[in-house]
Amino acid sequence: MSMDFWILLTGSLAAVSCAILGCFLILRRMALIGDAISHSVLPGIVIAYMVSGSRGSILMLVAAAIMGLLCVFLIQWFNQRGIQSDASIGVVFTALFAIGVVLVSLNARQVDLDLDCVLYGEIAYAAWNTLQIGGVDLGPRSVWLLGGTLLLVLAVIGTFYKQFKLCAFDPMLAAAVGIPAALFHYLLMGLVSVATVSSFESVGAILVVGLLVIPPSAAYLLTDRLGVMIGLSALIGVASTVLGYALAVRLDASIAGCIVVAAAALFAASFLLSPKHGLLSAKLRRSRLSRRAA
Amino acid sequence: MSSSERNEIGLEASPSEQGQGAGARPARRQEGAPPVLEVSGLSSAYRSQAVLREVSFEAPQGELIAIVGPNGAGKSTLIKTILGLNPSLGGSVRAFGRPVAEVRGRIGYVPQRESVDWDFPTHALDVVMMGRYGRLGWFRRPGRKEKAIAMECLRGVGMEAFAERQISQLSGGQQQRIFLARALAQEADLYFMDEPFAGVDAATEKAIVELLRRLRSEGKTVIVVHHDLATVPDYFDSVLLLNVSLQAFGPTAETFTQENLQRTYGGRMAFAAAAASPSAAESGSAAAAPLRAAEPASASAKGAEA
Repeated sequence: MSMDFWILLTGSLAAVSCAILGCFLILRRMALIGDAISHSVLPGIVIAYMVSGSRGSILMLVAAAIMGLLCVFLIQWFNQRGIQSDASIGVVFTALFAIGVVLVSLNARQVDLDLDCVLYGEIAYAAWNTLQIGGVDLGPRSVWLLGGTLLLVLAVIGTFYKQFKLCAFDPMLAAAVGIPAALFHYLLMGLVSVATVSSFESVGAILVVGLLVIPPSAAYLLTDRLGVMIGLSALIGVASTVLGYALAVRLDASIAGCIVVAAAALFAASFLLSPKHGLLSAKLRRSRLSRRAA
Repeated sequence: MSSSERNEIGLEASPSEQGQGAGARPARRQEGAPPVLEVSGLSSAYRSQAVLREVSFEAPQGELIAIVGPNGAGKSTLIKTILGLNPSLGGSVRAFGRPVAEVRGRIGYVPQRESVDWDFPTHALDVVMMGRYGRLGWFRRPGRKEKAIAMECLRGVGMEAFAERQISQLSGGQQQRIFLARALAQEADLYFMDEPFAGVDAATEKAIVELLRRLRSEGKTVIVVHHDLATVPDYFDSVLLLNVSLQAFGPTAETFTQENLQRTYGGRMAFAAAAASPSAAESGSAAAAPLRAAEPASASAKGAEA
């Protein structure tokens, strides 16, 4: 199959997982927690890589999920002891990320883990790195990894949709009716960690935040139903991938960069056209009002 | 709806007693039955500062109970700690004679309206349906039955016309009524409401009072954090005066006295004439002189710590 197809599939799978989880993050006002998680999984990745010697292993996902949860736990721990929440986010994730950077540089000779690749991702390379079992080419490794991640996200969010929804809207009521709010909080954080790591190779640690935050923020402007918002967010994620890749091919520029630029452009369009919050509809409403007044 | 399951209640308040204010209090709880709520020695702290100190009381069944006290007195903390939403430093809570965690299905909760984001992408009916989530267990999804119950509860607060309305497009009073409808959907026997009257319009206030009286007539117990001292004698059977520690608790007529209030609020009390409170005049209740807390502009130390 063509290279374009695999790149688009890889990018879309990453974008959809992130877009679904990102909805819950932004509704809980935790967009920056997504940023923090995406950076602090780095030491987990490096340690798992040193132990297993390969990328895209299950061990790497588990190690990253543990690091992500540790990051969230530490942020809350400091916050509860009187550190401002934005300060504690800043302290924890930069510290963990820095540890990851040090580990990468220490092992640069033994380990084939390129810091540029970690930071910015290389989706074209990800599509070349195929999974071979018994001499059969099963397609890119990253497609399997991201496909598995997406299935996991869909299964968990689908099964516990009402719990995630109530914990996002009214965690106090959730706890009062006996829903273990802390469990679902950490479950969401764990999923964000896993989605982040699986998307790492493709888009990198920095731009994955764009996939987590931008499509949901655009979708939020276009609807007032949570289910619709999640669907639109996934759609915007895929559209960003397609538009971004086309742009990257045309400009011969970074694919991940173009994907996030495309997402940002779609966000801008939603902001202009949004029925409730949009600039255009506000203008229309105003002119209709003034016409009626005249 | 749910009271059919537990029919020992609902007999205490005869219809003629409803809506007559504090003078017409239903009979105190039946002999032998455990109290609806037993709180003993409950304490809580926030960063090594006591917020609640050794609070003990027993709530009788079928009453409307106000929790009253100055800002920072720990009123919200008290109900959150009772519900286990806030860690306690000691003491025990039993509802219906059992630990709260075992009887969550019989306890309804209305958080403060400001505690949630009203821009959340959802509509009124959906919020009311959330009241059913606790009963659905881990895996069941809300279905037609939940929708029907939620619609019925919306009707109960006069909001059925707004079922499909995005919640940010509702007024403050309407949002409060949605919260109450959601509590109704919980079909509980014991309710905790955190300032349901805060910032609502007169129509909503009236609707809430009617709702509270209806719940009482069904034998339910409702514990309400309340700010407006003037309406306490009118709306509530019992009153709990709180200022970190329990100052007084009992039937409103005996407990809601100038002396107790002065103890609870310190020197920050002013007394208003009965005529100043239209709701008191309307119901003709003269159980206790309506009182109003006057918070001096120089917010006192107690007010500031809230």
